[in-house]
Amino acid sequence: MNKCAERLYNGIIKENPTFVLMLGMCPTLAVTTTAINGVGMGLSTTAVLVFSNLIISALRKIIPDRVRIPAYIVIVASLVTIVQLLLQAYIPSLYESLGIYIPLIVVNCIILGRAEAYAAKNGVVESAFDGIGMGLGFTVGLTCIAIFREILGGGAVFGMEFIPEDFRITIFGLAPGAFFVLAGLTALQNKFKAPSATNGSAPKSSLACGGNCASCNGLACASNHSTLEEIRRKEEEKAAQAKKEAALKAAAAKKEAEAKKAAQAAAAADAAGTEKAGE
Amino acid sequence: MSRLLNVSSSPHVRDTVTTNSIMYDVLIAMLPAAAFGVFQFGLHALLVILITMAACALSEYIYEYAMKKPITIADGSALVTGMILALNMPADIPLWIPVLGGVFAIIVVKQLYGGLGQNFMNPALAGRCFLLISFAGKMSSFTLDGWSGATPLAQLKSGQAVDVAAMFVGRIPGTIGEVSVIALLVGAAYMVAKKVISLRIPVTYILTTAIFVFIFGQQDLSFVMAHICGGGLIFGAFFMATDYVTSPITPNGQIVFGVLLGILTGLFRLFGGSAEGVSYAIIISNMLVPLIEKFTLPTAFGKEGKKS
Repeated sequence: MNKCAERLYNGIIKENPTFVLMLGMCPTLAVTTTAINGVGMGLSTTAVLVFSNLIISALRKIIPDRVRIPAYIVIVASLVTIVQLLLQAYIPSLYESLGIYIPLIVVNCIILGRAEAYAAKNGVVESAFDGIGMGLGFTVGLTCIAIFREILGGGAVFGMEFIPEDFRITIFGLAPGAFFVLAGLTALQNKFKAPSATNGSAPKSSLACGGNCASCNGLACASNHSTLEEIRRKEEEKAAQAKKEAALKAAAAKKEAEAKKAAQAAAAADAAGTEKAGE
Repeated sequence: MSRLLNVSSSPHVRDTVTTNSIMYDVLIAMLPAAAFGVFQFGLHALLVILITMAACALSEYIYEYAMKKPITIADGSALVTGMILALNMPADIPLWIPVLGGVFAIIVVKQLYGGLGQNFMNPALAGRCFLLISFAGKMSSFTLDGWSGATPLAQLKSGQAVDVAAMFVGRIPGTIGEVSVIALLVGAAYMVAKKVISLRIPVTYILTTAIFVFIFGQQDLSFVMAHICGGGLIFGAFFMATDYVTSPITPNGQIVFGVLLGILTGLFRLFGGSAEGVSYAIIISNMLVPLIEKFTLPTAFGKEGKKS
């Protein structure tokens, strides 16, 4: 059961498909014009992802390795068709506004990626939870972007308008706005050292500028010099220490070797003596 | 410590020209057009110009202060960006719109890419296009003497006749800075005399546009003249396409750049949806500059006849 919780955490935070893996960028940029669209797209993908992971995981020993991709596509496409028809029947407004991006869930890289990377190698329950985690992570990512775009571009949140029409920056509802918002959110994520594609396990530098040469300037220079000086001194000390130790060791080894040699010589002499005696 | 030895790589050029002097020359060169705009459209135009320049300088200062970078507003480049952006605005625009454009131009287009010299497209024009897409209605409603009307280019597009003489002087609706060809040419002459710009880009740009319009539009001299004097062509050719950062540095590249600008402008004007296309032409060509420079790089001394 712990493994399932771990899968959820992994999908929503640690390997969030939108902000960390940067997968499924096409629907991310295209449908996030309003928060409702973002949530709808995210949940549709979640539904497909859960069942595709479940089925692929269940069939993982039956599907031959060579034709696994076509087999996955067949499974995913069937599920997407089901979701599409259900949306068309019960939520026609969402179906209208998502348009071509519902059938395009078939080729969403998150779904194939999870099938390849997880469902094809793990058990059914874990795979289903992996699907839920990844799907919710995708939904959260889409909704975040969509809320910002809807506020700035449409002056509303979930359809509730609160900014007058004159003050809406329409470009945020169009394609460039999607890039602006995604880039802005990713920058914030890097700033706060949240998990992301770029700030995984990079070693932290003790330099004043954080080791970031792009932001280097005269002000940081002086403190960098003192830091570097300190590092150099420490290293020198270490080297000296190591040298001393090595010298000690070498001396000890020499002594030992001499003692051994002496012992050997003594033994040889002894042996010779006994041999002679034997003769 | 006050007399540090500065060791730098070549070229060791000694000249009195600095970034400051160039930027202030450009500002001075834009003054006639700005003055004409204020004279024609009233004090609100002056307010737009001042507030946009202040917004650009202030956002540069705030960004650099927050990011702990050296403060570079004294070099005047933010003021030039603000001035160009303001001159691209209709005179009766609500003041917060150019402020928003200035913040976008300086922070997103210029500073996020690394500040002066690193931006890949003209910040002022990117700011203008940002506003043009966001507030299409407000950005393209032009009034003159309280009378709201179509710009000459829009009239041309719908097949009406226009008065070329009025366009040359500037008694036409349009943005603050683009209307008066004569004021723009005075400023351009100042920049050419001070050797701030070379004539290569503007002349090839205007000539190509004229030829394109002549071939694909009407074979009529007044039609071609109206296209040259109308809209932002003169302003764009002398003040925006010649931006050092976003135009090629190789002489042949500058000619290619000018021709490309001319063709794009003609295409947008004659076959596009809107009447004007100078801003988009310059922005698109800006993005092709690295490619143009790559193909027009002169052969280095000693490398003649060798393939690199």
